[in-house]
Amino acid sequence: MRRAIVYLIPFTWLLVLFLVPFLIVFKISLSDVALARPPYTPQLDLSQGLSGILDFVRELDFENFIFLTTDSLYWKAYLSSLKIAAVSTFLTLLVGYPMAYAMARAREDWRPTLLMLIILPFWTSFLIRVYSWMGILGTEGYLNQLLLWLGIVSTPLQILNTNWAVYIGIVYTYLPFMILPIYSQLDRLDGALLEAAEDLGCSRASAFWLVTFPLSRPGVIAGCFLVFIPTLGEFVIPSLLGGSSTLMIGKVLWEEFFSNRDWPVASAVAVVLLIILIIPIILFQKNQQKQAEAEA
Amino acid sequence: MRRMSGFNMIALTLGFAFLYIPMVILVIYSFNESKLVTVWAGFSTKWYGSLAQNQQFLDAAWVTLRVAFFSSTIATVLGTMAAYALIRSGRFLGRTLFSGMIYAPLVMPDVITGLALLLLFISIGLDRGILTLVLAHTTFAMCYVSVVVSSRLMTFDLSLEEAARDLGCTAAEAFRLVTLPIIAPAVISGWLLAFTLSLDDLVIASFTSGPSSTTLPIKIFSSVRLGVSPEINALSTIMIGIVAVGVLAASLVSKRSLVKRQADEAAAVRAEAA
Repeated sequence: MRRAIVYLIPFTWLLVLFLVPFLIVFKISLSDVALARPPYTPQLDLSQGLSGILDFVRELDFENFIFLTTDSLYWKAYLSSLKIAAVSTFLTLLVGYPMAYAMARAREDWRPTLLMLIILPFWTSFLIRVYSWMGILGTEGYLNQLLLWLGIVSTPLQILNTNWAVYIGIVYTYLPFMILPIYSQLDRLDGALLEAAEDLGCSRASAFWLVTFPLSRPGVIAGCFLVFIPTLGEFVIPSLLGGSSTLMIGKVLWEEFFSNRDWPVASAVAVVLLIILIIPIILFQKNQQKQAEAEA
Repeated sequence: MRRMSGFNMIALTLGFAFLYIPMVILVIYSFNESKLVTVWAGFSTKWYGSLAQNQQFLDAAWVTLRVAFFSSTIATVLGTMAAYALIRSGRFLGRTLFSGMIYAPLVMPDVITGLALLLLFISIGLDRGILTLVLAHTTFAMCYVSVVVSSRLMTFDLSLEEAARDLGCTAAEAFRLVTLPIIAPAVISGWLLAFTLSLDDLVIASFTSGPSSTTLPIKIFSSVRLGVSPEINALSTIMIGIVAVGVLAASLVSKRSLVKRQADEAAAVRAEAA
């Protein structure tokens, strides 16, 4: 009995505050926008009994999803989110892998400190970390001041409010998610394997590509998913660092809801985003399971 | 261990410079006299003074702290229960659904979670305010707590609890006297994680807060949308400072408790051998 309570309380909580809300989103995505409170129709009228439910179901349709395919804004936003997420995941890997590698090769007594230095930014506010780049990347920002002073450029570069600023922001904020899984793979890499490869005539570089990198692949894959998945629905970074031409689906959903007050379309945008996310999430889980089995 | 190669040294130096320089600049320029944030005009603490006078920011900070405290505390209780159920209860009805609901919020985009919760609150007629914020934050934070606590429970030696039961403890006593002290570090870090996530959250809070419950991230976001401001730099510096002190203190405490635990275990092994 007591056992049952231990799981019934959190289970019920999640049912009511996680699963039910998603069912509501799905329902509203099939509704029509209306000038009412709440601003959508039909409303479920349970006092009518069964006929009320039937009327309600009859009025639901896929109109909003058809609308999403006809207005190019939406599929452009989905494609552009996928592109931005893919490019920034790759850039994060380029920056993160050498750091993870260097940490795994660092002196043993340094490693906890290095690890803490990687995790520390994660505890500071995400919003502030994104904001800190606004002062750096602006046309009068510190980076342009430095470049002008060094004589590298003669006119300030426009970086803030472009996709480049978004890439920089994503790499900056998601770097720990890339480094940690790669580091944990490289950390337990058996050094004897590398020595064996070198004894057998491998150069340092080919030993890396033939031994180290393949062995770190589960970490690389995990890191890439950990960056790619949350980036796809990112809102804060594109709205602070991106420009008006930066299209990301999180921003579109936000504006659809807060500016246009079109709740049914906002819900449809959310449902499609979820469907897109399911694929990488399942792949990620498969990767984690495979890794767990390999370790067991 | 090999000596560190030049490549590794450069990778670490550049990497940490990239991670820390933006925050260092933010801290330095929060002491800038000038209102033009990117032009240095001498040392001043006036922005901290004007921040302390800004009632809107103070109100928002108070709302944020209350929400973070209540939601992280409830989330810690619920998350620990969820972890316990997942690791210990074996098979039960709806287990797959349950573990799915624990992991889903971790990968769910904030915009979707926020939208979904708001639509729920509206359809049950719950006015948006502190309560809805606490409910929303508790829901996603309990999942993080449960992940942290269940990773500790998985390595937990069950025989300790069985020994307590054999010696006459009830299940509740065994949990309170044996299990809880051992998983306490994980529970505490779960609480800290939940607290930070709640302090940090902008998107879900924007959907689920009402006009009387503006949180600090919402306030910061609407002000930095218009550009960089020295007051926000000062506020950021205070927040970075709090985190730095907190993490440092936490790592000292956990180091000490690790040393103590190792000493205890060594003593136990010696006692067993004797």
